[in-house]
Amino acid sequence: MRERSLQENLMKAVFLISTLISILTVALICLFLFANGIPAMGKIGFYQFLLGREWSPSDLPPAFGILPMMLGSLYVTAGAILIGVPVGILTAVFLAKVCPKPLYRVLKPAVDLLAGIPSVVYGFFGLVTIVPMVRMLFGGNGSSILAASLLLGLMILPTVIGITESAIRAVPGELYDGAVALGASHERAVFRVLLPAAKSGILAAVVLGIGRAIGETMAVIMVAGNQARMPEGIFKGVRTLTANIVLEMGYAAELHREALIATGVVLFVFILLINLLFSALRKGGRP
Amino acid sequence: MRQKITDTLLRVATWLAAALTFGALFFLIAYILTRGIPYIKPSLFALHYNSQNVSLLPALVTTVLMVLLSLAVAVPLGLFTAIYLVEYAKRGNPLVRMVRMTAETLSGIPSIVYGLFGMLFFVTWLGWGFSILAGTFTLAIMILPLILRTAEESLKAVPDTYREGAFGLGAGRLRTVFRIVLPAAAPGILAGVILAVGRIVGETAALTYTAGTVAQIPESLMASGRTLSVHMYALSSEGLYTGQAYATAVVLLVLVAGINTLSAALAKKIGKG
Repeated sequence: MRERSLQENLMKAVFLISTLISILTVALICLFLFANGIPAMGKIGFYQFLLGREWSPSDLPPAFGILPMMLGSLYVTAGAILIGVPVGILTAVFLAKVCPKPLYRVLKPAVDLLAGIPSVVYGFFGLVTIVPMVRMLFGGNGSSILAASLLLGLMILPTVIGITESAIRAVPGELYDGAVALGASHERAVFRVLLPAAKSGILAAVVLGIGRAIGETMAVIMVAGNQARMPEGIFKGVRTLTANIVLEMGYAAELHREALIATGVVLFVFILLINLLFSALRKGGRP
Repeated sequence: MRQKITDTLLRVATWLAAALTFGALFFLIAYILTRGIPYIKPSLFALHYNSQNVSLLPALVTTVLMVLLSLAVAVPLGLFTAIYLVEYAKRGNPLVRMVRMTAETLSGIPSIVYGLFGMLFFVTWLGWGFSILAGTFTLAIMILPLILRTAEESLKAVPDTYREGAFGLGAGRLRTVFRIVLPAAAPGILAGVILAVGRIVGETAALTYTAGTVAQIPESLMASGRTLSVHMYALSSEGLYTGQAYATAVVLLVLVAGINTLSAALAKKIGKG
């Protein structure tokens, strides 16, 4: 009897310690990122860092302004949303309300596959198909905001489709039936009744899509051109926050290195804000 | 009349969007398979990488190693945390709120941020250097929220009558958890683990500055090594081995398809149970 209660208490302690370690990891991540990144912002100057238009770490004196990269992330993400969200929502409508059952059994795993394909594979695919296409149609060297937006638009599709589809399916069937009983056509019932009822879920899908697009790194590096200058148009190259870190971390030292970590901090804060927005939307969706 | 036109337009748009989505997926897969399969030769699976054979076998071995090690760290940690939250913590325990906040904060963080942290903490601060160990722990932290959440959901889904029955028969809490609750929750927990495997296999950004990019089979945990995704990134950015990059993409696609099939089979099992 005593032996067993000893065992009980021991395992309870193990479970508790695991819990504490899980919490500790987040604390550590925040601590290490902020402790390494914030001082750099102080040294560079908070405004010079966030609003500086020039990033030239090897110049004398060096300039560490990440505004070009922030705008780069912003434009590329906006492009991805413009492309991915309408297509994603309509595809979700197709899956939930239009597509016949046998077809659904094929298409649902296809969406999962789309979600599972590694981002390097997407990046490589973009590099060999989208970039040459943009080059041929619009000139320039092809690596551009447009190429990155197209590729990211494709990459956020499974996120948008998955969440939108379950949001549509969560709408009570009576709403659709009622609309049809009142004389609405199938399309009108879906687009005027079902979609508005699933609004908060769809918004959550968009927000999560934004998060994925901002955070994507390798695929963007492979198609965006990565020039650290203010964006000059959608057919020109651009560098995102994520790309900035990966491209230069390999050889950066001292303040340059710290500035890259500070770039990571900015990214981290962006995503935290998006997460807050996402959970607010999720809660708003539940009555 | 106008409504009819709108209806038709909407119907066409819906079909078009679906065609676009699945057409793009089909094109991507067909493109990579047709260009990659001709390059899948025995030399691609040589034991040692060199610039002649551009072997992906070392990367494949490293990938399997990383998956196993990361799971060995993250699964117990995530599962035990979930057990504590669901089976032990009392209502309103502040730890529960903190863990939930933790998981929420961590999910959606870009992998490059994990990579940065791994570099700062494991590689530099703990002095592990670019190593399998540093990569493993970085990945483990990355998949922890996923494992934690799915485990928590699956444990919660086990009906309380199971627990009451076990307690009524005189089983202790620990015995109830391990003999009754965990087996019932196993498919859901496994589904989360498989999702995590998929994320590890596809990861690149979190690994380049933690595990490094050495293209050989690592000799120890402190040696550097590249997973298949990192290998593929290296090949495509070097630009010399495009054919082999396609072939690597084929292997990655096959891996992902396998992982997806597994998780679909599990999902079916959960649905039945």
